[in-house]
Amino acid sequence: MPLEEVIRNSSKFFGFTVLNLLLILLLVAHAVSQQKPLDTESASFASRLQLTDLCLFTEARYTRHPAMADNHAAFQEHPAALDHFPSGSILMPLQKSGSRR
Amino acid sequence: MTQFFSRHRNILDFAIASLLRRRLKNLSLLLLYTFIVALTASLIFFVQALKREAALLLKDAPDIVVQSLMAGRHDLIHVDNIERIVAIRGVTEAAPRFWGYYYDPVFAANYTLMVDRELAGETGSAVIGQGVAKNQRISEGDIFTLRNSANTPTLLTVKKILPYESELLASDMILVAPEDFALLFGFPAGFATDLAVTVANPRETVTIAGKIAETVPNSRPILKSEILRTYESIFDWRGGMMVTILFMVILSFVIFAWDKAAGLSAEERRETGILKSIGWETGDILLLKFWEGSAVSLTAFLLGISAAYMHVFFFSATLFAPALKGWSVLYPAFHLKPHIDLYLLATLFFLTVMPYTAATILPSWLAATADADSAMRS
Repeated sequence: MPLEEVIRNSSKFFGFTVLNLLLILLLVAHAVSQQKPLDTESASFASRLQLTDLCLFTEARYTRHPAMADNHAAFQEHPAALDHFPSGSILMPLQKSGSRR
Repeated sequence: MTQFFSRHRNILDFAIASLLRRRLKNLSLLLLYTFIVALTASLIFFVQALKREAALLLKDAPDIVVQSLMAGRHDLIHVDNIERIVAIRGVTEAAPRFWGYYYDPVFAANYTLMVDRELAGETGSAVIGQGVAKNQRISEGDIFTLRNSANTPTLLTVKKILPYESELLASDMILVAPEDFALLFGFPAGFATDLAVTVANPRETVTIAGKIAETVPNSRPILKSEILRTYESIFDWRGGMMVTILFMVILSFVIFAWDKAAGLSAEERRETGILKSIGWETGDILLLKFWEGSAVSLTAFLLGISAAYMHVFFFSATLFAPALKGWSVLYPAFHLKPHIDLYLLATLFFLTVMPYTAATILPSWLAATADADSAMRS
């Protein structure tokens, strides 16, 4: 009897699912293995230069340093000027607390 | 118990055979489904990893950054204000920060120039980020030029290129000596871009910020908590990209569910009729449909999760790059630290696998409760 007829469909499905699960377990193991504390060089670099922002979007001042942007950053040039930088539509404005002026 | 398993296994055998009979249709369905799961999971992985990294990297950000305002906009701040700020009880230190932007017309890129005190006295040297090095195609020891405020070229030698790990912080950065910074921008003496204030007791930060706002006229103190919250809420559920992608995913699922709920195809209905006529019960048919739906959705879920992980953490989320890059010329490669949030994965499982399986069973129940004869004739 050929091998394909011996192996039942359900066994093939279980085999495939187990393979998928193993792959996910491998990825979880990879994620755990990468969970070293933040490399000291980056941390000390950020601390030494007292950095306030991540370098995510370099296209405009207020997207490069959203935490340091003007209060009406999305309308930098004029209060009625619409935001024309694509990342401006992705970023949220600075989350303000009570100390505002 | 053995009988229970054997019944389920037999039905699963039949369900897989039934799926394989409509191979092309089910394979395309599986691919599309996997893609939707992968897209959603990628977004979850990406946003979570980015938020985590931001919280870790910015935990040492200044407690308060004091900016000067002029006509409602950020202006240079007088360093004399340091004395007034340090005099406030609870302030440990206030240090000037010198930074600004430089637009390079040759490479059409924006750089962030910053003074690194460790380079003091080393005029003509610069430490650059990976993005700058790639953009200008330069390496350690090379010389590059920036135009200064007098419109004459300033020569800088690359002392060091910042490592890959710092790309998320400093891809576009050029660190220079204070003297070079002043020369490049014609930066007036006695001024700084802003002041970084260290506070002894973090609980007093808000009070001290209030006092700074009173003591230094036209100033705007920015708290560390605000900085952290800005990055915590970045790509928030309400944010543009999240809404767009989630809307797309919901729409895809509505199409899926509609396709299923709108009824079975004539072929499937006939199959149900034949099964009933040869002695299958309604429960068996529902079980068959359950296994068909589960096989497709579980496979799509598992494949989608693996694909998403590889996409985000091995391939730096390249699918999102066009959306994130915008008009930026320098774009950091996101070497994010992998992280899997099991709670979010469970949510994704219930949001993707459950609705599809339910949408498969419901119309089958309607068909399975119908008379076998009429089901076959239809």
